[in-house]
Amino acid sequence: MSNIAIQVEGLSKRYHIGGKQESYKTLRDTLTNAFVSPFRRAGKLLRGQATGAAESDETIWALKDVSFEIKRGEVVGIIGRNGAGKSTLLKILSRITEPTNGFAEIYGRVGSLLEVGTGFHPELTGRENIYLNGAILGMKRAEIDRKFDEIVEFAEIEKFIDTPVKHYSSGMYLRLAFAVAAHFEPEILLVDEVLAVGDAAFQKKCLGKMESLSSLGRTILMVSHNLPTIQALCSRAIVVHQGRLVRDTSSHDAVRYYLDDIRAKAANIPLDKRDDRKGTGAIKFHHVEVADSQSENGAIYTGNDISITMAFKTYRRVPNCNFGLHIQNSLGQIIYRITTRDTIGSILSIDHDGCISCKIAQPRLLPGTYEVKIFASSMGENLDEVFVATRFEVLPADIYGTGNTPQNGIVYAIPEWRLNGKEIRQSGAKPLPVKRSRDVRCMCG
Amino acid sequence: MTYLTLSSSDQSKIVIKPSRGWVSLKLRELWEYRELLYFLTWRDIKVRYKQTVLGAAWAIIQPFLTMVIFSLFFGKLAKVPSDGIPYPIFSYAALVPWTFFANGLSQASNSLVASANLIKKVYFPRLAIPLATVFSGVVDFAFAFMVLIGMMLYFGAAPTSNVVWLPLLLLLAFVTSLGVSLWLSAMNVQFRDVRYTIPFLTQFWLFATPIAYPSSLLSEPWRTLYGLNPMVGVTEGFRWALLGTDTAPGPIIIVSSVMALLLLVSGAFYFRRMEKTFADVV
Repeated sequence: MSNIAIQVEGLSKRYHIGGKQESYKTLRDTLTNAFVSPFRRAGKLLRGQATGAAESDETIWALKDVSFEIKRGEVVGIIGRNGAGKSTLLKILSRITEPTNGFAEIYGRVGSLLEVGTGFHPELTGRENIYLNGAILGMKRAEIDRKFDEIVEFAEIEKFIDTPVKHYSSGMYLRLAFAVAAHFEPEILLVDEVLAVGDAAFQKKCLGKMESLSSLGRTILMVSHNLPTIQALCSRAIVVHQGRLVRDTSSHDAVRYYLDDIRAKAANIPLDKRDDRKGTGAIKFHHVEVADSQSENGAIYTGNDISITMAFKTYRRVPNCNFGLHIQNSLGQIIYRITTRDTIGSILSIDHDGCISCKIAQPRLLPGTYEVKIFASSMGENLDEVFVATRFEVLPADIYGTGNTPQNGIVYAIPEWRLNGKEIRQSGAKPLPVKRSRDVRCMCG
Repeated sequence: MTYLTLSSSDQSKIVIKPSRGWVSLKLRELWEYRELLYFLTWRDIKVRYKQTVLGAAWAIIQPFLTMVIFSLFFGKLAKVPSDGIPYPIFSYAALVPWTFFANGLSQASNSLVASANLIKKVYFPRLAIPLATVFSGVVDFAFAFMVLIGMMLYFGAAPTSNVVWLPLLLLLAFVTSLGVSLWLSAMNVQFRDVRYTIPFLTQFWLFATPIAYPSSLLSEPWRTLYGLNPMVGVTEGFRWALLGTDTAPGPIIIVSSVMALLLLVSGAFYFRRMEKTFADVV
């Protein structure tokens, strides 16, 4: 055991769907049920429809038969789609909820960061909240005393330490909350999407803290949607899908597996089968693809041109058709809104099935996940609109030739620096990598 | 070593597995979390006094006004007997522990639902939440008690040597309040109806307890049986200890203490049994 931090065996968690939606029942319902259901079952028995067990309401396995082992000092990521069971797993390991089956053993002091600022009370001052929040996270009073100054300094709120936090700006609040959490140093840290909140500087602080924790040999188990973060921080990653553990491998392979899986799934569920769309349906998209025309392995890299190709079926002649798309980042900010009407005028008349593609030269997208919304309209009539028709991942590339990838902001710039009027370039800077260009051909020919 | 200690905890091990049926109370773990209990109590007290204009005055106004009303209607108009003691102090001596009990009960019963955010995000023994809420009522009790001392001086009621039992009588009120709160708070997570029954419950209980009248109205086997309501032991005990009512409530207090302990232990086990569903349901 000396080497193992977390051992999980056959862990499963079942939720009652009904119970999840209406989170509490009334006493009356329960009493009525308790009173009525024996009769109902007796009735069924008489009619010969007896089932062995009591009426089973609908249940879902949020986690099913998950087993793994984490060694001391490992930093492990958990990836998977929304509802795959990642958070349930962390909740069980942090003992917030109990598993239905299986067991887990944890060796060492556990801390969980499921949300920063948990237990903060707006009426209490910064000082009081540090103690309260620290105690809630599991810190001893002496430990908080010892780290108090450090926490205040880290949060940069010295002047307001005795002000009730309800008067804090949201930034100050967040900084203080994170400062407390960051100075909580358990042997095993469970982190759930904490990095998803706050601005870029804050996220960087979070990342830095995680890095320093891992360099201290702490064991970290983290959930994140941010795949590059997982790749950067974790040596190993676990992929969860529909409550099951489907991959447990190096973070690099896990991310690749996950992305491949998503792409395969997206290809498997045809766009035309999706019902999360609006529009009259005179034109219906049935396929959409985002491609990097300069990349050879099918991945999309920052710095390259991208093409979005949309295939559609036409059910009647549409004069003055307007095609468009949005590219949104993971925060839901629209990076581009591009329509044929705005960029080429209303000249399209569609009367056949077809395929339209849009190439964006140098979109300057930062590494990250993007969503594509596509739509078609005609003179105010919404023909078809799919909100998240597809997602794509932009991978980092050394676009400046300095080894540094642009990170903050919405898009990146291509700057030209001059010092005293004289252009300066990094010594040994390479020109942008030019890869073999590949024509993006329409998949519908 | 437990997982809470900072020292190298090679020996510390947490086992997570589904629990079935009745589970242990894990009082040792609760003890490990005593600092959290302290901070939660302290938060409840701070917040209560920060958010109100009158602050600590509320702790006095509530029992004091009730005493005034009782004195007017029961004492003056209905001429309810008061064991030979001036009616105002007779009823106030019982109202002070009663208010502690009733406020603790109503606040603690809602405490789990009010702390839903904590319960869904962090692990700690959930018993700490209602426990801290009832604890925080001790401060209110202290304020109301000071007024009681003032009234005793005013009416010239000297306490007897029985006053040494007072802390234990307060403990009895505490145990009763906590016992009922454990049942109600755990039920309240599942059935929000509970919240609406609490005002009725405390009102009903108020009149089922000898606050406006003395228990000496009952003749003997019944008077002791009356102690099955633990608050009977508390209120009669307070009068006996402070005002020297000559009816030594010995048997009543024994019955009340047994009943209060039963409530506490059963409440704690019920609470622990329901605890695993809290985070999923609340």
